[in-house]
Amino acid sequence: MSTLVFLEHHGSGIQKAALGVLSKAASLDSDTSAVIIGSGVSGLAHEAAKYGAARVFVADDASLAAPLPQARVDIIANLVRAHGFQNVLFGASVLASDIAGGLSARLDAGLNWDLTDLEGSAGALVGKRSALGDTVLVDVGWTSEPRLGLIRSGSFEPAERPAAGAVENVAIALEDFSSKAQMVEQANEAQTGPSIEEADILVAGGRGLGTPEAFSELEGLAAALGGAVASTRAVVDSGWYPYQTQVGQTGKTVSPKLYIACGISGAIQHKVGMQSSQVIVSINKDPHAAIFDFSDLAVVGDLHDIVPKLTALVQERKG
Amino acid sequence: MKIAVCVKEVPDAGPLRKIDPDTKRIDRSGDRSLNTYDLNAIEEALRLNEAGGGGEVVLVSLGPDRALESLRKGLAMGADRAVLISDDAAVGSDLVATSLALAEAIKRESPDLVLFGQAAGDSDGAVLWAAVADRLRLPVISQISELEVAGGNVTAKRQTEFGYDRIQAPLPAVLAVSDSLNEPRYPSLKGIMGAKKKPQDVVSLADIGVPADRAGQAGSRTTVTALSPPPSRGDTQKIEDDGSAAQKVLDYLVERKLV
Repeated sequence: MSTLVFLEHHGSGIQKAALGVLSKAASLDSDTSAVIIGSGVSGLAHEAAKYGAARVFVADDASLAAPLPQARVDIIANLVRAHGFQNVLFGASVLASDIAGGLSARLDAGLNWDLTDLEGSAGALVGKRSALGDTVLVDVGWTSEPRLGLIRSGSFEPAERPAAGAVENVAIALEDFSSKAQMVEQANEAQTGPSIEEADILVAGGRGLGTPEAFSELEGLAAALGGAVASTRAVVDSGWYPYQTQVGQTGKTVSPKLYIACGISGAIQHKVGMQSSQVIVSINKDPHAAIFDFSDLAVVGDLHDIVPKLTALVQERKG
Repeated sequence: MKIAVCVKEVPDAGPLRKIDPDTKRIDRSGDRSLNTYDLNAIEEALRLNEAGGGGEVVLVSLGPDRALESLRKGLAMGADRAVLISDDAAVGSDLVATSLALAEAIKRESPDLVLFGQAAGDSDGAVLWAAVADRLRLPVISQISELEVAGGNVTAKRQTEFGYDRIQAPLPAVLAVSDSLNEPRYPSLKGIMGAKKKPQDVVSLADIGVPADRAGQAGSRTTVTALSPPPSRGDTQKIEDDGSAAQKVLDYLVERKLV
């Protein structure tokens, strides 16, 4: 086999999820290469060698500075055509998903997404994913090469496995439409306050809170429990609560000892960010809310009534 | 503007959804409806034209003939017409095959914008727009939480793992919008009554110039090889609040030494 892993970077570091995919790929296939695409990224190549890349392709150009997908499709497609990679793997992210989707069309190559595990031997690769709201596990395969795969964040921890990491610089040839989308202003959220990823207890609120002011109820409960407040994309996009607290696909992935979900419906985009919490308690008015399907304790009721009462009870108990 | 909105009929969410063990495809025999996330894309298309001097909103979909019933919800909301690619040879199309059929149907429409919702509610897929954009050779922006069209350009706020980007692209462009972008309107009674009479084109693969071997299973590049039940989280304990829920939650947490 020969495998190529896309290494997404942000600032001066390679994303942990991408390094996890790289070390997993290298454990299945000794002929695993990595590709790093951006501006001023040559210095990141040694990281790839540490996690198992026999070769590291580097596309380093000012025109590639913005994390936009289409120019990256051009570069990876050219690498696949030149080197005949049988597998191209990505740690899932907004950027990686758009690259993988574009690449699938460009190369008429099958793409399986949301993979949580990979098994491979003798040129074959099997992906594992859950489907239908995690009610069934499916084995997925590919009927032709290259096989494209997006791996769910957090599936593989980076494991050091030193490899040659021979660096090859890549010539940059872009399609006319690939540079039409331009970055006007790039995100770079500064972290303020303690990270929700470090909290043992999270009290999370979604659109079911009804108003932004209702977050004060959750803050009260979080303070009483010694935890932090988390949120969903819907409330962050609505400006109710800061982005740094968002859990889910485009937010943080958390695994606290206790996750109390208040007024959260449990869409898959949120679920992937919190499903590995040890204990999940959810409070929702809707008895059919999807979040109840993966909660340990499901409370059907009005959070505006239950949360303040619970806060008082916790305070009382703690004295 | 002429706006094409790509939509999909999906099986209704709920405990009854299952995968057919023989074909290993999603069982689509039960109740179906328009993918919820697509409603946000339809709503945004309607608002853009309402704010910007009119135009046309065309729903484009791949599915069986009966999917027209679901598409009518979009027409009832205010979309002008629907194009449904329906062909026995297209059954079981994966991303490679679906993106080709949609791209060919969209090419015939030459829209100024192509909109997608943020995910497919059945397959949890969130990549189709990127594949369609590549086939159309158009710029693509995804995960959009704010959107503005002016002077032949679209400017969009994109949410990624690192916060919000602002990205600009010239029209025509392919966009995928988040479900937080807007609140989809409910169809009015008049809208519902009028939906049936709006143009609904059912086209075959041959009509849009897609060879049968590039659609359906023949044109797909992925397979599902086995099914198994997922590891259980353990049972969910469910309580209905009768005024004592807070106490019960506290007891539960104390029992597990979380308080």
